[in-house]
Amino acid sequence: MTSYRTPLSRARGLGAAKHGAGHWISERVTAIALVPLTVWVAYAVLRLASGDYMTAAHWVADPLNATLLVLTFAIAFLHMHAGMRVVVEDYIHKTLSKSVLLLLNLFVCGLAGALAIVSILKVAFTGAGAL
Amino acid sequence: MTDASKTRREPPLSPFLSVWRWHITMLTSIVHRVTGVGLYGGALIAAGWAVSLAMGPEAYATYKSLLGSPVGLVVMFGLTLSWTYHLANGVRHLIWDTGHGFDLKSANASAVFVLAFALAATISLFGIAAMTGAI
Repeated sequence: MTSYRTPLSRARGLGAAKHGAGHWISERVTAIALVPLTVWVAYAVLRLASGDYMTAAHWVADPLNATLLVLTFAIAFLHMHAGMRVVVEDYIHKTLSKSVLLLLNLFVCGLAGALAIVSILKVAFTGAGAL
Repeated sequence: MTDASKTRREPPLSPFLSVWRWHITMLTSIVHRVTGVGLYGGALIAAGWAVSLAMGPEAYATYKSLLGSPVGLVVMFGLTLSWTYHLANGVRHLIWDTGHGFDLKSANASAVFVLAFALAATISLFGIAAMTGAI
């Protein structure tokens, strides 16, 4: 039977991910944002490593630091989720184990990301003085 | 119909590693993935840091002493190396995405540069950490 579908229409959705450009672009956009953000984090780690709880709490309570931390966590967890998703799709081919791992990846990134952001906001809003 | 057509083997679906000569661009590609997975763990450690800070001074001190312990420092060294590598090689990938530097000579040269940068940057960061009393 003759197919009247175009070659593009037949090829669509046949990749391991079932979709395409959106994922690829979001991986790049988050990567670009993470270049300056992670450099800033490295500086922050060096600064906070020699200090104690009060040093860290005061530093996080600064609005600029809190904002950048929340952005870093959000963007990093999005980027991680995208990256790990590709790794799973490349190496795991059984539908059930692939689905389980993809769900696990989503839930781990979602939970850890949310926990980190709520923790930062708590310290930023209540400050070290609340203790 | 000949016999050959019946016994024909399935063609390989992707290049098989066993017949490929190991080269540096292959190494940088797989290391990008490995360091990415490593940094996944690193982000979870960072999230743990944020949670410990929100829990209070005692939890924070415990978490910080864990990170500063010998095992913690080895992990931090690995994460720093993973980060400097993934950062530099990520920028290399972004440059490739613009269509530049993809010829063999440039790709080999940037591979050497990325590996050298990751090592030098990691050693420098730990040098700074030692000087500022961070470790």
